[in-house]
Amino acid sequence: MGAGHHVLHLDADSPVHRLAPEVKVAATVLFTVAVVATPRHVLWAFGLYALLLVVPAVAARVPAGWLGRRVWIEAPFVLLAFALPFAGTGERVDWLGLSLSVDGLYGAFNVLAKGTLGVVASLLLAATTTPRDLIVGLDRLRCPQVFTTIATFMLRYLDVLVGEARRMRVARLSRGDDPRFLWQLRGFAAGIGALFLRAYERGERVYLAMVSRGYDGRMPDGWHGPRAGVRQWAAAALVPLPAVGIAVAAAVLG
Amino acid sequence: MEQLALHISNGVLGGPVAAATAVVAAVGLTLCVQRGRRDLDDRLAPMAGLVAAFIFAVQMLNFPVLPGVSGHLLGGTLAALLVGPWVGALCVSIVLVVQALMFADGGVTALGANITNMALLNTAVAYLLIVVLLRVLPRTPAGLAATAVVAGVVAVVAAALGFVLQYALGGATELTAGGLGSIAAVMTGTHALIGIGEGVITAVTVVTVAKTRPDLVYALRGLRKPDLVESAA
Repeated sequence: MGAGHHVLHLDADSPVHRLAPEVKVAATVLFTVAVVATPRHVLWAFGLYALLLVVPAVAARVPAGWLGRRVWIEAPFVLLAFALPFAGTGERVDWLGLSLSVDGLYGAFNVLAKGTLGVVASLLLAATTTPRDLIVGLDRLRCPQVFTTIATFMLRYLDVLVGEARRMRVARLSRGDDPRFLWQLRGFAAGIGALFLRAYERGERVYLAMVSRGYDGRMPDGWHGPRAGVRQWAAAALVPLPAVGIAVAAAVLG
Repeated sequence: MEQLALHISNGVLGGPVAAATAVVAAVGLTLCVQRGRRDLDDRLAPMAGLVAAFIFAVQMLNFPVLPGVSGHLLGGTLAALLVGPWVGALCVSIVLVVQALMFADGGVTALGANITNMALLNTAVAYLLIVVLLRVLPRTPAGLAATAVVAGVVAVVAAALGFVLQYALGGATELTAGGLGSIAAVMTGTHALIGIGEGVITAVTVVTVAKTRPDLVYALRGLRKPDLVESAA
């Protein structure tokens, strides 16, 4: 996993990839809030939300299979949700000889539908925005600077940590350690403090080098793409605004 | 494919509780930003980034506890020991925000609750215990390790109970047959185990750092340090 590329990022070029990060973050958050605020018994609303998500997915040229494989992140929770109709209390219905709780069915649907729509929305954001751009977006959305500074270092140091861990493993192997399966854990646990220190000292050197070259808590503005104009905001609003409309309609029509 | 986590996901907590915890999180983080800005000097800035990266990495190890709720190491104790409560809570929050937005991990609308439990409550409880224990226990590596373990266990369970409280106030979905009692039992039980794991990892890490670079451990500032260094040599 690197600072500029990770398993959930789809390196490509599309109108959605080119959108400024701040509008994509705002659109994702607004869309998810609208979905979660929708009453759970208004089933048609969730169908419309799913259709709405097709728009950015197609525009970003994210393959359906790529998205489908990554939605399995929530698979363990899907399995647990299937237990709800059996475990739930209250009014029950019979279906194929099974006695199912109505409340439990709605509960399972609630967790599944809202969870899946939220995961897909976040995946689309991740697919079209690098982690570095995400932090630029948060910075432009008036996120406090302490917050974005630490976040920038976090993404950079993830690579440092992974790199140091790999070097220490090679060092152990070359001194005759032969780690297998769970026994690796012992060597790893014994070295975790050393790993932390080595990563820190590398990070500290980099930080001091940055400070001595004029770093003041924010990367130079020229590094990042241009800020979003009115047209970008309008384009990004195409998904969350209808979603808000659907949420309001669902609440009113019930 | 890496293993990824979900904390509290979208739709588990009802709207009012999600909104209320978002307000709590916002107020708490504002305080942390103000106090943290004062703490963040040339030594703490890279340390905060590394602590956040470290927490990010250990939070990847996790397993489902209830539908839409997962258990994993939290890292608040480590953060409180190394960078202090204010910057520490910020580090954990940053991890949660990046996870929610980039890794679809934890619902965006449950972010308020997740930050309240894992960043604010976890770090605050850990730091209070650390402050008390470091003054009571002997100033040796063993004392520091014991502090880390105890603070880790108690703070993780406190964060888990924070979720139970929010769920009692306004859970949107019935998660188990046994109601609130069984949720509290499941959450406390699994998180006591997680807390032990968290405490041990924290202790190993912090003791190593304290032996070689005691200047980097925030919680040891203002305390007499020579004991720790001597006994290490």
